[in-house]
Amino acid sequence: MTAPAVAPAAAPGGDLRAPTAERGRAASRGGGSHGHAPGKQRFGAMGVVSIVVLVVLAVLWLLPFLWSLATSFKSEADAAATPQTWLPAGGFTLQAYRAILEQGNIPTWLFNSLLTSIAITLIVVATSALVAYAFSRLDFRGKKWLYVATIASIIIPPQVLIVPLFYQMLAFDMVDTYWGIILPQAIAPAMVFVLKKFFDQVPIELEDAARVDGAGRIRVFFTILLPLSRPILGAVSIFVFIGAWNNFLWPFIVTNDASLLTLPVGLQTIKSAYGIQYAQNMAAAILAALPLILVFLFFQRQIIKGISTTGFGGQ
Amino acid sequence: MTTTTVTTPAAPADRSPATTGSRTRAGGTGGGSTSTRLRPGAHKENRIGWGFAAPFTILFVLFLVWPLLHGLYLSFTGQSLTGQGGELIGFANYAEAFADGAMWRSMLNTFWFTILSTIPLVAVALVLALLVNTGLPGQWLWRLSFFLPYLLASTVVSLFWIQLYSPTLGPINTVLATLGLPQPAWLQDPDTAMIAVVATTVWWTVGFNFLLYLAALQNIPDQQYEAASLDGAGRWRSLWSITIPQLGPTTGLIVILQVLASLKVFDQIYQMTNGGPAGTTRSTVQYIFESGFTGYRFGYSSAISYIFFAVIVVISIAQFSITARNRKGAQR
Repeated sequence: MTAPAVAPAAAPGGDLRAPTAERGRAASRGGGSHGHAPGKQRFGAMGVVSIVVLVVLAVLWLLPFLWSLATSFKSEADAAATPQTWLPAGGFTLQAYRAILEQGNIPTWLFNSLLTSIAITLIVVATSALVAYAFSRLDFRGKKWLYVATIASIIIPPQVLIVPLFYQMLAFDMVDTYWGIILPQAIAPAMVFVLKKFFDQVPIELEDAARVDGAGRIRVFFTILLPLSRPILGAVSIFVFIGAWNNFLWPFIVTNDASLLTLPVGLQTIKSAYGIQYAQNMAAAILAALPLILVFLFFQRQIIKGISTTGFGGQ
Repeated sequence: MTTTTVTTPAAPADRSPATTGSRTRAGGTGGGSTSTRLRPGAHKENRIGWGFAAPFTILFVLFLVWPLLHGLYLSFTGQSLTGQGGELIGFANYAEAFADGAMWRSMLNTFWFTILSTIPLVAVALVLALLVNTGLPGQWLWRLSFFLPYLLASTVVSLFWIQLYSPTLGPINTVLATLGLPQPAWLQDPDTAMIAVVATTVWWTVGFNFLLYLAALQNIPDQQYEAASLDGAGRWRSLWSITIPQLGPTTGLIVILQVLASLKVFDQIYQMTNGGPAGTTRSTVQYIFESGFTGYRFGYSSAISYIFFAVIVVISIAQFSITARNRKGAQR
């Protein structure tokens, strides 16, 4: 039932194997001329309206961010003054950042978020690629059952499992541990589906040639299929990493110890602890937002590509 | 442990066209097998297959299949966090849930949020993608502006918007005051809290659908536009007769995924209003969370989880069959 929903992911997945052609297209698009009217630069009345609307919307979308940034550089007194202005009476200051770094556990939370998100991403990508290869290329008893179960499970909302999962964490003694944060998040059936679709498209002849030369299944997987799959593996990694980095509900449930909180959960405790410190709240939020934004600025193309490729399979 | 749960015999070789070619060759090398039920080499392939599948399957069974079954069992018990009430009590939890006004209230809130958020999250995403796709310069800047919020954790988003919505200090009400318009208390007012939360959600997550639309737009072949412009169709005409119809399947998928995502809302509402004021924004997931982890009633929480799960399954099936029927209709 979920299969048709995710199927089109295969199409952009196929694009990944022709990165140069795609890049050429994107570049010409960025250059200003567009496919809608090839060869012609038409900015008529509609073009002008489009630009104006687009600029207004883009500013609207950036404003909440800029306002919060401005507030984070105000003194607490200025951040609580009425009426609020963009430029504070007392000038901009780093007070809030200094205070939040002194009293908060932000570096610890940052480390926890990095550790758990990277672990989740590695486990998901490794286990999903292996099982997707088995689904795509190998025959084994019960394959069909396992495949149907995996696809069907895409529909299960993780939120309905919180109680039994917590129960299980108690039984495994994993409450308030890194493993408790990591393991329940380390399964992504939708990503198995995305990868299987990709492997299905890789011509079998490539592997056959190597197998004629005596290479086993495992060697074929590691030396032929994995290198070919680098773009899709990157896309899946990006998707899983963003999800894990920003996940709130599960880490919030399974951790209590302040030294084990992830960044999103830690921020929630800051909010309750210093509820009226506006500048500090904003400084903490900006600090928490910064890592992923920096990553995005460096890997913009890959991230956008990754989301477009896995998006339909990922929800 | 996982192999024992699945006991169907191996599928006949020719069922799987992708592997038949290489399989014959594998038969030659996998000498050791003596089974009469499986071809020579099939044993080896079976072993390798499960080798590849095992790491995922173990996690899948431990952290998805087992909790799903255990949750169902718990929903028929009076289990509490303290370990008491573990005995079976039949359908008592379900009976209580169906008579529980707070549960129904949370369901209605969730549906209301889903309707209010899905419409702009699809429509605004489409408009943004169409505008950006007209090929204006500065592509990276537009993408950055609209997609950036999606990269923020829910707690960051909530901190931003609690401040923006602040009745006295927030810039929104400052602007409204200068314009001489009424200044609602936004998150504290039962009439505006849901709308405020929806607006935040649109700002936060529209970039995701925007990217999906953008990718779909770039897959529409240029020839179609060339043909249309040869026929004298202007941009506006092309938009309605080519672009929008071509995006039909994408729109169908985005709506399905968005509805499912919106139904699961919890983070931003919990953080911004904690379900208030007076329960007007409390979602079903929050009610599940509170019954389990504030009320410590694991059994009752599991029952609501299962009711909610059933609702999601029904809505998914309905959506997929509508989409499938539309697609069939379009082919005719």
